[in-house]
Formats: sequence, structure tokens, C-alpha cells
Amino acid sequence: MDKPQELLSISSGDTEQPFEWSVGRHTSTFLCELRDNARIVGIRCPSCRKVFVPPRNVCGECFTAMDEIVPLSGEGSLLTYTVLSFGFVDPDTGHLKPVPYTWAFIRLDGADNTFIHYVDETDPEKLRVGMRVRAVFEEQRRGHMLDIRHFVTVP
Amino acid sequence: MGKRVAIVGTGQTRMRSSRKDVNGQELIQEAVARALEDAELSRDDIDAVVIGNMDHFEGINYVDTWSVDGSGAFMKPIMKVTTGGTTGTTVAMAGYYHAASGLFDRVLAIGWEKNSESDTTGAIITAFDPVLDRPTFGGAVGGLAAWATRYMHLTGATQEDAARVTVRDRRHALNNPHAHLRKEVSLEEVMNSPMISWPLKLLDMCPRTDGACAVIFASEEVAPRITSRPAWVRGTVNRHNYAYTADPNWDFLESLREASGVLYERLGIREPLKEFDLMELYFPFSFAGIAWVEDLGLAPVGGGPRLVWDGVTDMGGQLPINPSGGVLSCNAIGATGLQRVAECAVQIMGKGGDRQVPGARLALASGFGGCFWSDLMAVGADKPA
Amino acid sequence: MDDQVAVVGVGQTRFERRKRGASFADLVYEVTVKALEDAGLTIRDIGTVVTVSNDFWDGRTISSMAVQDACGARHKDISTVEGDGLFGAFYGMMRILSGSFSTALVVAHMKGSESRMNLITNAMFDPIYSRMLGLDAVTSAALQARAYMDRFGVTEEPCARVSVKNHGNAKNNPYAQLAMDLTVEDVMASRMLSDPIKLLDASPVTDGAAAVVLAGREAAGKARTVPVWIRGAGHCADAYHLGDRDLAVSPALRQAAGKAYAMAGVRDPRREIDVVELYDAFSYQELMWLEGLGFCPEGKAGQMTDEGATAMGGDLPVNPSGGCLSAHAVLVAGLVRLIEAVLQVRGDAGGRQVPGCRRAVAQGTNGPCGQSHCVMVLEK
Repeated sequence: MDKPQELLSISSGDTEQPFEWSVGRHTSTFLCELRDNARIVGIRCPSCRKVFVPPRNVCGECFTAMDEIVPLSGEGSLLTYTVLSFGFVDPDTGHLKPVPYTWAFIRLDGADNTFIHYVDETDPEKLRVGMRVRAVFEEQRRGHMLDIRHFVTVP
Repeated sequence: MGKRVAIVGTGQTRMRSSRKDVNGQELIQEAVARALEDAELSRDDIDAVVIGNMDHFEGINYVDTWSVDGSGAFMKPIMKVTTGGTTGTTVAMAGYYHAASGLFDRVLAIGWEKNSESDTTGAIITAFDPVLDRPTFGGAVGGLAAWATRYMHLTGATQEDAARVTVRDRRHALNNPHAHLRKEVSLEEVMNSPMISWPLKLLDMCPRTDGACAVIFASEEVAPRITSRPAWVRGTVNRHNYAYTADPNWDFLESLREASGVLYERLGIREPLKEFDLMELYFPFSFAGIAWVEDLGLAPVGGGPRLVWDGVTDMGGQLPINPSGGVLSCNAIGATGLQRVAECAVQIMGKGGDRQVPGARLALASGFGGCFWSDLMAVGADKPA
Repeated sequence: MDDQVAVVGVGQTRFERRKRGASFADLVYEVTVKALEDAGLTIRDIGTVVTVSNDFWDGRTISSMAVQDACGARHKDISTVEGDGLFGAFYGMMRILSGSFSTALVVAHMKGSESRMNLITNAMFDPIYSRMLGLDAVTSAALQARAYMDRFGVTEEPCARVSVKNHGNAKNNPYAQLAMDLTVEDVMASRMLSDPIKLLDASPVTDGAAAVVLAGREAAGKARTVPVWIRGAGHCADAYHLGDRDLAVSPALRQAAGKAYAMAGVRDPRREIDVVELYDAFSYQELMWLEGLGFCPEGKAGQMTDEGATAMGGDLPVNPSGGCLSAHAVLVAGLVRLIEAVLQVRGDAGGRQVPGCRRAVAQGTNGPCGQSHCVMVLEK
């Protein structure tokens, strides 16, 4: 009687692919504003006058370069959200993300697109589309999206 | 200028959550061999190859040149196209344009993925902007879940409405020997499955699959000589409108609405529900089956659930959706979009066996991925004018 | 091919070791705008877009996503080739030939500075059999160089001469990264990377982007440049495992070139082609590709180089731009060969212009040791 064949695999081990991405002028401005002024800024398209956050170099709709940085209040409303109950390994930290956490798409006051970040309420029953939310910043900031700790719901 | 193009053969591998019995090249070769057999062609007959997958799932750089033993591209032209989840349909479009250009008569298009070889979620996260999107990213499921939240808010649809889609697709898969998951699930089972990312539960989501699909596109000169029932490419349109996770329109699937609008106009379609015989749609989660059918013009806003509950999209209904079982039953990401095209071709060619939609003459395949991007390809029995 | 698809607009960035201030989207927008301005067209005139990028180099698995806004993809049919940019141009050409689009934008970007070249190119090698050997682009090229040199008795000197020539040519190219006055002795004395490839035999790590606007016959009339027609094009891939190939010769290139020449009606490339822009990622590759392109018999390209035939004043100038040895943004470089060939045919190549250039060849490669090649013949 033939033994079932042993099927092998080769492991990459803990492969690292280190990167250092240049973020460009506008993202640099955005991150520096988070770090230095605990402030969220967007950018306005000179053609359609829409404000996008985080700032980027080109308005996709108009194909126009943008330059006008627009400070935002850090307040807005929930466009939509989800509460994650499964943890996965964050490829940037190598650690399992702790669950549950709420990942939200926020329409910041003064901006025309949405901004993604965490909301500190993790009970779906207590969340509603349209709820007002406000950004909360870390004390120690380094020029990173997580200088914003999360958004809190505003009663 | 330009040739009309038809699909003359398709092949799909055994689809499993883990194909330990084959390495990547062998998986590709399995699909290619089946497609060649289906078309009764040999490797020598192929004039060009196009291949696609998502790099970080297998960790191989330059997959096109790596693949030649399996893809049959040795001493032939080959190129790789890749656009994330839409890769499979992007591959189909490339296969079409290769043949339509007049430069190649028989083109082999291959989509494949060995998701088991890596951490799928980790790899998907790397698709998004490393500085602005990744730090808080909730995975592919998170974005889809957020979509579901807003759709329910805008229309009053419920989780049960979405669950009915899973029930349909998983029942359809019973007829498809190529599907990964071939076990029916009940509405209760969907509703009771573990919550992954509110409101999406395990059974609202697609599986993770190892598999490959190959489709042979042929120019009008040679297609009728290869098969008596070629599946003609009637039209193809795509829209990849956004670069950042949070930019897309969250009220409706803009890319699908736009792409289908253009395609329908080009084909003179006014009532897609009546004029298509079936659709194979890249719906990676249940809610898509009630929400995005609206963006395809099959139902008014908020009318998706009614369409599904009424059985319109079941086998035997007016417009069967996913006779194959769809993405909820099988998802080898790089292959998935191409499988949708292959399944449409199979239907048009009358090779659908137990999943055949009787008298199918016009079918629509869609691809989805990236920042809520959409690809479309319509396949039909009639040669385009 | 008669007047069917032309290159009507070109744009490239200056190629530099590190473009610290620019993101991928910045580079893509820069060259897209340049190519459109060159053509005298707007983004609304573009029917379809093909982007070219690589997930490994960009560190993201849908690398095309980063540049969707910057390349004007909104409301257009768009796709992405992951491979050398010349293959991307080939796809853009097919989209126009299909009759579905009258114009196409093809744009490629790559920043070698943001990752580790040896890790990225090591990932080209099969994880089951070869990757653990530590092969990368340089060490595998060294294997090929040795195979070629052994087979045909070519020494390191003719290779060095290629480097001297190309770095010298780069002095006339405002976009090039490494314009240098070298001697053969300089190259021979440069640091050994992987025998026989020395530092000055190898291309640099580069950041940059490039774009072309392609147009069908009718649309070409709307552009403000003299159209440069793609008269012939072909691509072909050899076997994958290095041990499955005869590394000393390039049958895939020969086949790709043969296709391109047949389409273009070229019978005697040495006589009928005026300028060649080929993919010299390493100095020995210029010699091998000259042979694969049919410009001389196998093993004789060293002699051809020694005789000065491929110098600026010679009868077949090769890489007036300085080639990849002078600037090598992988994926972008093949598209740059096309751009440089187009500029030559147009008579727009400034200080690097070869007088009276009517017909040029552009070549790009993909995969380890030039496994896959794409060749185009350009003519007014």
C-alpha cells in the first residue's frame, strides 16, 4: 500500500521588505500640522473649489494641481463606520491589532471627501450615521496619522 | 481597424482554500491545460499570453517571466497586468485588446492566486497608502462593512436582506463543479455566523481560495474555426476612479454606475433586467447583491432587496445572478474576475451543465477591487456588428 | 505597419539618485503634464490610460492605486502593466489598434531609492529553488556576463568601452543621472560588485518617471508634434530558470526583433536603422543585445564597439541618451528608450541628436538576465 505523498512547503521566514516612502510636499504639511499644531488640514482645488483631506497634489476630477492648504476644525460627522471584531497582524507594526475597534469614515466640517480614522465607541448600538465626532490628539506627537488618537462622539 | 473577438475556450482549476498539491506554476498550468483542452488547441497555437495576480499574496516579483513553464509562454510574447481585485477582469480586457488589435489571433489570458501562501489581510493592507490609509486600516472587510452600514442607513435594508444573497449564491454553487464552497447555508446560519466587522458576519463574506482560471480569446478570423459557438466580446468598459480609501462616493457605487451606463449605451441596452440573460458579478460580500444591483440599473435605489427576495436573480428567475455561485462561493483573487468572464462564456457556449441558464445569449461579467473600482465585460452569442 | 499608431507626446523627469521631495503621484503628474504639453493636447483628449508600476518597488500591492488621480484616470478606461514600460507602450498601442480608443497615455514611475534593490530583485527568483541562494539582479547578471564572455572570448575591455561611451553620451542629456568623463582604466579599476561586473559596468539606482502620448492616425493630426510612427513592434520571453537557458545568447530578443523588423519592412538592420536605444542595465548587455537585435553576428559586438561604430560619430550610434548605465529607473527605462528614439527621429534630441536620424530602434527588457524583450521600430 503506497503512503500518501508528503507535500512540503518552503517558508520565507520573517522576511522584511524595508521601505522609506517620500510623502511629498502636501502630506508633509499635513503630518507637520498634526505634530506641531494638533491640527488637521485639507487642500482646496482651484478649479472646483472642493476641499480634500488629507491633502494631495492633484484633484482627480479636475486634473489640476492643488496648493491652497485649508485648516479644518477637526470636527465632523460620521458618514459610515464598522466595528472590527477580528484582529489581524498590522503589516507596519508586526503586531496583532487589538479588537474590537471602530473604523470610521468621517465627513469633516469644511471638507468634501471623507477622512478615515478610529472612533472610540465600539458598541454598534451606540453608533449612528450622522453622529457628530471630534478629533482627539496625542500629547506626544511625531508626524504620523496616529498623532490623532481617535475621534470621540460629541453628544 | 480592429478585430471582433470571441472567447473560444475556458479552464478552471480545482478551487480549494489551500492547494498544497501544486506549486504556483503547476496551478497555472492546470488552468491552461484545461482551457487548451476546452478549445481543442495546443500550446503551439497560442500567439500571446497575458497573466495577472496580486503580487504580495505569493511574494514573487515579475510573475510573467516566472510563469513561463506553467503559462506556456516559453518563446512567446507575455506581459503581466495587475490592478488588485479587478485583476481578473483587467486580464480579460488585456486578452481582448491583444486579439482586437489584429496583432495576435489566439490569446491566452490567465488569472491566478495562491492566497494560502501568505497572510491575505496583511497583504491586502499593503494595497493602500502607507502613510495616510494603512495606520487605521480595517482591511478589505472593513471597507465593505462600512459600505453595508451606510447602505442600510440610506435605504432601511437589513442584514437579513443581505443574508438572502449568500443563501442564493451558495445554493447556486451546488451546480458548479469548479466552486470552492459547495455547501448550502440557510438564512439562520448566515445570521448566526460570527460577526467579523459589524455588520458583516463570516457568511456575508467571500472565502479565501487557491485557484487559477484561463480564457482563450480569438480574433474573428479564427474563432469560428475553433468552435461552432464562440462567445463574442460585445463590449468592455472600466472605471478606476479613486486613489485614496476615503475618497469614493459612499452613497452608491459610482464606478459601477458609470461603467454600466457607458456599456449599456454602447450596446443599446435600455432594460438590463430584460436584455441580459444572466450576470456573473464580482460581489465580494452579501450586501453587494442588494446594493450594487441598483448601480447596474436592475432595481431602483432601495429596490435591491425586493429583487432578490422575489427570486428574480435565482436560477429560473428572470435574471439569474451568479449561476456559478459567485465570489461568495469562490475567491482566488487574481482569478476571480476572469472566472466571471469565463462563466459568462461557458453559459453562452452552452457548456454550463447543471448551472446552464437555458437559451443564454447575452451575459455580463464584472470585476471589483481597489478603491471601489469596477470593470465590465459583456459576452454574447451574436457577433458584434 | 503603416501610419497606424504614433508617439505624439513625450515627458520625462530628471533622473536622480533620490527624489526626496516627490511622491509617486508627484512624479506621475509631472510627466503626464509634460507629455500632454509636448503633444499640445489636454487630459480630456486622452481616451485610455496605461500605467506602469511594480508592487515590490512601490511597497504596495496595488501600486497603480497611488497614481490614479495623478495620471488623469478619472472617467476613463485604465489598466496597469507590471513590467518594463516599453511593454506598457505596447499595450497602449494595442488599445488604439483595437479601434476602441484614438489616443492613449502610458506613464511609468519607479523610485529605486525607497527600498533595497537587492531584496526586490532577489524576489524575482523562485522561492523554491533559487531565492535562498541570494541571487539578485547583479549576481545573476554576472553569471550571464561570464557565460557570454567565455563563449565568445570577449574580455572586460569592450564592456568597459560601452560604459565609457554611454556615460560620456550622458553629458549631452539633461535628464541623465550620471554624466561622466571616464576612461577604460577607470572602469577596469572600479570596485568589483560581482565578478566580472564592476561598479562602472552597472547601472545606478534611480528615481524617476516617464510618459508618452500615443495616437491613432486621425488623432495624430490633432497633436502639435510631427508624429513618429511605430512601424514595428514585438515582444518575446525566454525560459525562466537560469539553468534552462543558454545565457550567452538571446533567442527571445532575436524573435522579438524579428517580428518588429518584419512588420517594419526592415531586412538589414545594420544598414537601415540609424539610431539604437537599448536596455544596457549592465555594460555587457549592450553587446549581447546588439547581437540579438541583429546588428552584428553573435560574439562580434565587442569588436563593433572597439571599432567605434556605436559611438556618436559612428555609423550606428547606440544610446546617445547615455542609456540605462547613466539612468536606470527600472520599469521607466524601457519607456525612456522609446522616448529617446522618438526624439531622435523627430530631430528634437538637442545636444544628443544624431544628424539625419530617420529610423530608430527602442528596446526594453523584463525579468532576470533579460529573459523577456520588447522591441519597437520608430520612423517619421
